Amino acid sequence: MSVTEREPLVELENVKKYFPVRAGLLQRELGRVHAVDDITLTIYRGETLGLVGESGCGKSTLGRTIVRLLEPTDGTIRFDGDEITKLGRRRLRPLRREMQIVFQDPYASLNPRKRIGAIVGDPLRIHGIGTRRDRQSRVQELLRTVGLAPEHYNRFPHEFSGGQRQRIGVARALALHPKLIVADEPVSALDVSIQAQIVNMFESLQDEFGLTYVFIAHDLNVVRHVSDRVAVMYLGSLVEISPADDLYARPLHPYTMSLLEAVPIPDPDVEAKRKTVVIPGELPSPVNPPSGCRFHTRCPYRQPTRCHDESPPLRPFGEGGHMAACHWVEQIQAGEIEPHTPEASEEV
Amino acid sequence: MSANEPLLEVDGLKVQFATEDGVVKAVDGVSFTLEKGKVLGIVGESGSGKSVTSMTLLGLTRGPNARFEGSVRYHGMDLVKASESQLQKVRGAGIAMIFQDPMTSLNPVQKVGDQIIEMIRAHEPLDKKAARQRTIDLLGEVGIANPAGRVDSYPHEFSGGMRQRVMIAMALACSPDVLIADEPTTALDVTIQAQILELIAKLKDEFGTAVILITHDLGVVARLSDDIAVMYAGRIVEQGPKGSIFYDPQHPYTWGLLGSIPRIDQPKPPHLHAIPGLPPSLIRPPQGCKFRPRCPHAFDKCMEEPDLLARVEQADHLDRCWLDPEDKRNRRTATIRPNESEEAA
Repeated sequence: MSVTEREPLVELENVKKYFPVRAGLLQRELGRVHAVDDITLTIYRGETLGLVGESGCGKSTLGRTIVRLLEPTDGTIRFDGDEITKLGRRRLRPLRREMQIVFQDPYASLNPRKRIGAIVGDPLRIHGIGTRRDRQSRVQELLRTVGLAPEHYNRFPHEFSGGQRQRIGVARALALHPKLIVADEPVSALDVSIQAQIVNMFESLQDEFGLTYVFIAHDLNVVRHVSDRVAVMYLGSLVEISPADDLYARPLHPYTMSLLEAVPIPDPDVEAKRKTVVIPGELPSPVNPPSGCRFHTRCPYRQPTRCHDESPPLRPFGEGGHMAACHWVEQIQAGEIEPHTPEASEEV
Repeated sequence: MSANEPLLEVDGLKVQFATEDGVVKAVDGVSFTLEKGKVLGIVGESGSGKSVTSMTLLGLTRGPNARFEGSVRYHGMDLVKASESQLQKVRGAGIAMIFQDPMTSLNPVQKVGDQIIEMIRAHEPLDKKAARQRTIDLLGEVGIANPAGRVDSYPHEFSGGMRQRVMIAMALACSPDVLIADEPTTALDVTIQAQILELIAKLKDEFGTAVILITHDLGVVARLSDDIAVMYAGRIVEQGPKGSIFYDPQHPYTWGLLGSIPRIDQPKPPHLHAIPGLPPSLIRPPQGCKFRPRCPHAFDKCMEEPDLLARVEQADHLDRCWLDPEDKRNRRTATIRPNESEEAA
């Protein structure tokens, strides 16, 4: 799809989601977890946007806020042109048909006491679609679509393997013909050979139904494979967003670089030749995120004062929609700033 | 350093569990040797028997419903037949193990330092003070900042990566010569995974610790191991030096694994190669080659199970597949590198 004809489906503007930290007898608020902190992002119709970052970076919270399972603390969300930021339960209900979510854990996300037919058919029943018989045939068709057999209608979740359960979760998400599916780590719990089956299924369903995906994952290999664009999050903020190929070929933010360097590549010769700068330390607390650039405490390219004092905005680089939030992109690309050794930046 | 003397010799190991549904053949005739300072990567999916194999080395799978065959030679002992008190001495002091989930492997209501001190004192006649000092040194060794301050912390005060470091410190406490790492980085983020892998590599180089690295991630074994064993349905289907396994893989299951992972350093293939179907039942495994029902290359002869033999020039590269090695070269390119085969076509 060319850049000019892209049509937005979801528009996020300065979206924030904070969770209060409470303690004590009176449950006083001691602080707030800045899970999603000021994110502006557009998701285009028909694309797959990959959302990556380490645990605790806020990617799942962002995914849930997009489909309004969570209400944002601040900012606006538009879906298909309409503002949905503050809609209540009742007004959200018709929208639930349009956006669905698939969860990571195929064991925990299916009710063990319900039959597959009921699980997949529930969205239809809740929205009052069709007669009982219509719904049954629709569910059987859905099961076929995701690569299961119509006979599975009367079985229970425990009779299925992890990969098959994930297919059931996808069938349920597809039941109402949604426009958007947020898939939160949909293949992380699966074995590699099964992962490939599910990834291929997501891709062919997208072609068939013109779906838009937000694909949340920590596995950078899988994300690159499925995504048209990739957004990288760190401590609640977007640090880089770009067409997928460009991001992997030319990462601009030091955090993206270190993530990509850390991914082991299944090729011993490539591994032996790679220089991997292991970034020290761990994700700082999202309750008291570092000042300035949030990555400065671990960044191998950190420069005195500015990184500490000034929060870098997302800036565009080139025409292709590649954006990064770092003060020193040009200097790093030009090789004017050398990375510190991990030891030198150990103090956090 | 002559590395010829194997530290650990596993020969024809079988582990079966009686269950209500029948006998599960979890490990079905596994043999390998491990030398000092080497890393053996055991690769396979859930249910392939890789974890049961390694837990059996330490007698952790013993139970009224378990049956064992074969032997595990270690310093003149057979660990399969060893008494519980012999095993007690081996565990931790000779062979140590770290698990995937560092949260559930630490006692949540005991300070981490005390857990390590207890472990040291179980094996060595050290007084509390000396053991505590040793613990602090170990925590520093594995990269925990301010170890003297953290020694009295509880597990919940540590992050996942830090807990895995604590587990490694505990595993190292009595200088074992074999370390079994069962999916040590699966629960961790990539940047933390890189830190832990670097730490394991350092142990091997500095202390000559032999490592059995169990993982489903071929990238991890590409980075860290010397030899690789690929397991499927309780058996090793292919085994050999790392380079040979990656660049001249002989078993279609290995091709499937290599082809099913997208690679960030390669052009994106149109589709991932998915291995069709599901892993077989270990109670009623398929006749002949266990991979046959999922193998696109299966033919009549596959109804009979091939032995694990050297079938290529590389003498220590073994596989269980009847296909002709020449024929395999053409067939596997389509699976592993679809981009290249398309260009060629």
